[in-house]
Amino acid sequence: MKKLMCFLAFFLPGMAMAAGGNVHLDEAPIDLTDKASLQRGAKLFMNYCLGCHSMQYQRYQRTFKDLGISDELGEQYLQFTGEKVTDYITRAMPEESAAGWFGAAPPDLTLVARVRGEDWIYTYLRSFYKDESRPFGVNNKVFPEVGMPHVLEPLQGIPRETTEEVMVDGEMVERYVGIKSDGTGSMSPDEYDQAVADIVNFLEYTGEPAKLDSHRIGKWVLVFIVVLFVFVYLLKKDYWREVH
Amino acid sequence: MSGFLAWIEERIPMMRVANMHAIQYPAPRNMNFWYVFGFLATIVLVNQIVTGIWLTMNFEPSAERAFASVEYIMREVDYGWIIRYMHSTGASAFFIVVYMHMFRGMIYGSYQKPRELLWVFGMFIYLALMAEAFMGYVLPWGQMSYWGAQVIVSLFGAIPVIGPDLVIWIQGDYVISGATLNRFFALHVIALPLVIVILVFLHIIALHEVGSNNPDGVAIKHKKGSLPESEKTPYKIHEYYTSKYDIADDVVPFFPHIVLKDLVAFCIFLFGFTYILFFAPEMGGKFLEHPNFEIANQLKTPAHIFPVWYFTPFYAILKAVPDKLMGVLAMFGAIAALFALPWVDRGRVKSWRYRSGLHKANLILFAIVFIFLGYLGGTPQENWKIIASQVATVLYFGFFVALFLYSKNENTKPVPERIPK
Repeated sequence: MKKLMCFLAFFLPGMAMAAGGNVHLDEAPIDLTDKASLQRGAKLFMNYCLGCHSMQYQRYQRTFKDLGISDELGEQYLQFTGEKVTDYITRAMPEESAAGWFGAAPPDLTLVARVRGEDWIYTYLRSFYKDESRPFGVNNKVFPEVGMPHVLEPLQGIPRETTEEVMVDGEMVERYVGIKSDGTGSMSPDEYDQAVADIVNFLEYTGEPAKLDSHRIGKWVLVFIVVLFVFVYLLKKDYWREVH
Repeated sequence: MSGFLAWIEERIPMMRVANMHAIQYPAPRNMNFWYVFGFLATIVLVNQIVTGIWLTMNFEPSAERAFASVEYIMREVDYGWIIRYMHSTGASAFFIVVYMHMFRGMIYGSYQKPRELLWVFGMFIYLALMAEAFMGYVLPWGQMSYWGAQVIVSLFGAIPVIGPDLVIWIQGDYVISGATLNRFFALHVIALPLVIVILVFLHIIALHEVGSNNPDGVAIKHKKGSLPESEKTPYKIHEYYTSKYDIADDVVPFFPHIVLKDLVAFCIFLFGFTYILFFAPEMGGKFLEHPNFEIANQLKTPAHIFPVWYFTPFYAILKAVPDKLMGVLAMFGAIAALFALPWVDRGRVKSWRYRSGLHKANLILFAIVFIFLGYLGGTPQENWKIIASQVATVLYFGFFVALFLYSKNENTKPVPERIPK
């Protein structure tokens, strides 16, 4: 047994590294066909995320086109640092400073929805809570010890852990029940959830921009195959009639 | 037109080959659905080669650009995403059809005399396919590409004496790096596809020499002069076969009869294939693993490293053995045992239809154990799984040991002379 553990430790370095807490993930209420939600998500992303996180595999123009935004409007409202509309969506923050400021460079978010899953991001962005022991004064239930400040705090307000007293084995104990904003943000809790869902929807789109095309084309391909099957089956039956 | 064709035929035997290997090739008429997977594997091979050529047009095999170029194909190359998903789904589909094809060979005894070499060529194809798939998975240069390569290449380090140097030689560097990616690209797009195509060619030539087996394991070729005219096939069969044997009234020509049957199966296969391609290309993280959408990072080990699903049975065997070298030997032994199958099975009856209940149970248990090992190798390690994978490993090898022991004096049923009507 000991030998095996040594072997695994050698074989899979860092396998024991924590992936994050095993918390329950809320289902993200997203819909890729909801253009308004995607546009709001894009706006939130450009305003709150792009300062630190790039989206280096996706171009502005492609994004505008898929989201039903004209190049002019996009340039005016969604591009802030004078890039061309054909440029990739990259952050302004220099690479070296990024690692210095946050401990690790903030990851690129083009494909984050495919790495983490949309439910994870949806829950993560709603799971920051005040924790003075952390460098940025916040911690996260989904990603403990995260090196990211709560950038959406102006929207959500200051989130605090809330607990309730429950009886366990005859003793009263504090139990964590959730996170509650102190109400200093510009959004109500429902509005905040919707804003996060919009961001997640946008990230889901950028993870795989062709997804809607894929579903649209895929249906017709399947219909074609069913029709092909009918003809091939009848032809086969005709040829095999004499055999059996 | 016919003059032109004759002119060609005198110079290269196009029609003769087509007649001999397709139009007038005798195939048993009782081939069931298990017999479509060879055809499907060929189709998938063509799919992989064609989509692979198109992917190569935009893929850049360097550590700096590989990941970005895949995303370029997914986003900016017109319909590049279809080509890429055809290729990635095709890789998994290849193993699905190949595993079915191999199990078909096992239940109907298609590896037995005189088809030993046919089976061995098939096993070489499987081996080449595993190398091809492994190297292909490294190319997108995601986290699983990188760390999967790290795990697999490090296995060679277990070889005594030369191991560590061998690893550096394979990697072309002291770590898995752009140099490794580059050589894997060369092997993936040129060397191994060539090897696979040549082996498939040999596999088919060997098949057509010994003839196709069938679910009853009954010979369709009989000694010359042993069959009365009334029992010979009414179909036109190529003289290559009829000059040496009497072909029984149990066959149909490969084309169009078997081809049409295969095409029906192809439509069903294609429905599933395209459904995954268009609606679930990641297949829940099994065909495309989630961590592989993050660029390779030497400094960040993923929480769990799994090979892709088709390698997980062997990965479970590797992990089940608590010593690295022994684990590697067990893993390669698991594949070597399959190579030896024609000599492990000492039975004279081919199809499980006419073999003992013990044999049937042994085969079904083997299939279950293989799938269970795949589950164990593809999910996070837990304490109970260590014991479970050790038991399953013993059962895996137990299949071959048991087969060797009971097949010599097995209680079999009489095999009919001709394919039952």
